[in-house]
Amino acid sequence: MSLMFILFGGLAIGCALAVVLQRNPLYSAISLIGVFISLSSLYLMLSAPFIAAVQIIVYAGAIMVLVVFVIMLLNVEAEERKRPRLTFLFPVAALLAFVLIGEVAFILYSVKPARTPGPADIGLTKSIGVGLFTTYLLPFEITSILLLMALVGAITLARRTEILSSVSRLMTGPYVPPPEREEPIIKAVEETS
Amino acid sequence: MMDGPQLSWYLVLSAILFTIGVVGVITKRNVIAMFMCIELMLNAVNLTFVAFSSFFRDVTGQLFVFIVMTVAAAEAAVGLGIIIAIFRNRESLDVDEASILKM
Repeated sequence: MSLMFILFGGLAIGCALAVVLQRNPLYSAISLIGVFISLSSLYLMLSAPFIAAVQIIVYAGAIMVLVVFVIMLLNVEAEERKRPRLTFLFPVAALLAFVLIGEVAFILYSVKPARTPGPADIGLTKSIGVGLFTTYLLPFEITSILLLMALVGAITLARRTEILSSVSRLMTGPYVPPPEREEPIIKAVEETS
Repeated sequence: MMDGPQLSWYLVLSAILFTIGVVGVITKRNVIAMFMCIELMLNAVNLTFVAFSSFFRDVTGQLFVFIVMTVAAAEAAVGLGIIIAIFRNRESLDVDEASILKM
């Protein structure tokens, strides 16, 4: 088990580093899929098979397909190597590294060896379903409302109609002018800039 | 007592992944790359939830992970819509160029 943890944990860290260090977003996306799959293996080791399956289906299946689709759609090129911007953030980076080291030291010092994850049935679909529909029914329903709002918001953002047309004069290419509409909102901002 | 990975191992792994995500959000310039680093941070938090849930024999952590995944899916839909809108207006995905709100 320890060997498996080291294998998949190291794979997760390596893929996460690849996500950050790659300059081509498509390679970053594929590395991120590696992170998701190794985390799913860790969930299986933690006796949470339902979460592991949902991790594969939702993250590696749905979200990453959407991300890769957008990368392909927008024809994203690799970032060119410019001069490093935001040089004032280097102290912040050092501070973050210090916080990470302190956090790791605190965890290793203070976390007692707890019970090992035995053959518990808490990760099964049945117990998760019982929890979702009894104790946590209200968050579950709120989640459905959130998904509905995200659906409406995504459709509103992605289509080009008069909802976005106050900004869309900046677009190039063919563009259908909006129906009569007085005084675009963004005009004052553009004139000052 | 070394008969398997302890709770602290999972917490350390989660902290490392979260910090890599934070560094990515700070240093990346591409909007989609920043978005993927945010997903990485969400996954690190999910690992913490599942580890606590499994070691303390409580199903609540896994329910939270379920809800976090739902929020991440909603975020992906809306965020990628915003990214497409930015690309239509700017012809670029550089976050430094989308600064019309800056005074």
